[in-house]
Amino acid sequence: MTDIQAQSQTIQAPIYRGFLATIGIEIHVQLNTLSKIFCSDATTFNSGDNENVSPLTAGMPGTLPVLNEKVVEYSVKTGMALNCEIRKKSIFARKNYFYPDLPKGYQISQYEEPICEHGYIYIKLDDKVKKISITRAHMEEDAGKSNHSGEFTLLNYNRAGIPLLEIVSGPDMSSPKEAAEYAKTIRQIVRYLNVCDGNLEEGSLRCDCNVSVRKVGQEKLGTKVELKNINSFRFVEKAIEYEIERQIDLVERNEKIVQETRLYDPDKNRTFSMRTKEDAQDYRYFPDPDLLPVIISESYIEAIRKTLPELPTQRMSRLQADHKLPEYDAAVLTAEKEIADYYDEVAKFCGNYKAASNWIMTDVMREINSDPSKLSGFIITPAMLGELIKMIDSQQISGKIAKQVFAEMLLLKKSPSEIVKEKGLTQITDTGALEKVVDEVLAANQNSVEEYKKGKTKLLGFFVGAIMKATKGQANPDLVNELLKRKLS
Amino acid sequence: MIDKKIINNIAKLSRIELDEVHAVQYAKDLSRVLEYFNQISNINTNHIEPMTTPLDQEKVLRKDVVNNIYTPEEMLANAPAKAGNLFKVPPVV
Repeated sequence: MTDIQAQSQTIQAPIYRGFLATIGIEIHVQLNTLSKIFCSDATTFNSGDNENVSPLTAGMPGTLPVLNEKVVEYSVKTGMALNCEIRKKSIFARKNYFYPDLPKGYQISQYEEPICEHGYIYIKLDDKVKKISITRAHMEEDAGKSNHSGEFTLLNYNRAGIPLLEIVSGPDMSSPKEAAEYAKTIRQIVRYLNVCDGNLEEGSLRCDCNVSVRKVGQEKLGTKVELKNINSFRFVEKAIEYEIERQIDLVERNEKIVQETRLYDPDKNRTFSMRTKEDAQDYRYFPDPDLLPVIISESYIEAIRKTLPELPTQRMSRLQADHKLPEYDAAVLTAEKEIADYYDEVAKFCGNYKAASNWIMTDVMREINSDPSKLSGFIITPAMLGELIKMIDSQQISGKIAKQVFAEMLLLKKSPSEIVKEKGLTQITDTGALEKVVDEVLAANQNSVEEYKKGKTKLLGFFVGAIMKATKGQANPDLVNELLKRKLS
Repeated sequence: MIDKKIINNIAKLSRIELDEVHAVQYAKDLSRVLEYFNQISNINTNHIEPMTTPLDQEKVLRKDVVNNIYTPEEMLANAPAKAGNLFKVPPVV
């Protein structure tokens, strides 16, 4: 049993005006392979119009799809991280529909035998943990991008054929917050696995939410409505909040909830109908005869298992248990993989875990504007920050001077030891030299010395401050205290 | 049994324009085709795994290597309508 399971507590489902909400989420994860799922077109986001299009992508007759091995690897990897069973044999199906974003007239997807099934993840909300089931995760191809301009529709097929893993949760969430947390957790996992960049704005991760409401005490789930077009976690929360209220309003007015797909409009903060069940598609799924079954051996699964990185929850537990970091620190540091990797390197270098955590959570986060992607080119490498912390710990510099050195490192792009040497910032730990300064300060403040001796011991801080000022902060505070107490007694 | 209603729905999903006469005709024709295939239902297929491919070859995979062979201009050469390097089609929304 992992730590997180041990903490598992039931989260009470919130009640909205006498109703309960049921939410399930489908997340389309774009796998960050170099080439497409069934052909060797590039997957780069910023390519020119229709630059990454081959006859296969354009749906020309006579072309044959061949599965990209990385897509299988990434899907199996993700399935394992989601605690899924990996199917030894899975097949591709054609999902038929006519829409210009799919030049073939069908999307290659998986229907009856998806590669991953029956998994679960834990989400954390206000110190409580909830288990969310993963119904399935299947491989499929993305569609092209259409641009509607009124008179006509323009099509770019660069995105058509980019590999997707569609992760389908069980209807296990009961509040907008849980739904957003679930989506965030999935993003965190795929980013840790390095199978998806998790960029919501570029559409690398897309969430569709199924929402229904029912009266407290009623067993049967209400009619579900699908929400699409949600491109941020905040909007996941907002769209579901709005939808719950809208559905309750309908029930209270004795109106029927229509099973439909609705789009969320973030500007107006409301959802509006896109298509109803009446024009529901009959996708006429059938096994794709162009593709062979995907057979996965036990040894393949074991080989992939060995490549699984430490996942966010495991990493958080390790930082709390082995590094003795507070839960808050561990959560902040492991939220993004880049930050966690940076922390681990600094921690390894200096051995002072809490100090490493403090520097990263305040100074480093401030410099990178809390944007983890900026860490890769960050001037202060983990080794440099580790060295700086070591210098404080070995009393070569004070904590205050260290902040100054940190700022100089950013400007001069030099190591802390070089800066300390060049600027002469080494801490004064030489008793003889410091004694001289202490004597001078005491001599210049005779009145205060008298008062101190009469019992106004609070003045100790004043002397320390004056000595620090005289030494430009370079005096070793412990030594200053020691000398002062001796001389004033 | 396939009736006119089903035919019209299939036509709609397939974006095929169909008049009344043809809808009735196709309903009849397709019903007969279906009836013929229904003979297969009489075969006992319990304990037989559905066949997805007649090939006994397993797992043919490609390496994840990029190879953009055609230019957008070449890919759009046969398009009936275009705007720059984008395909232009009748409005769909």
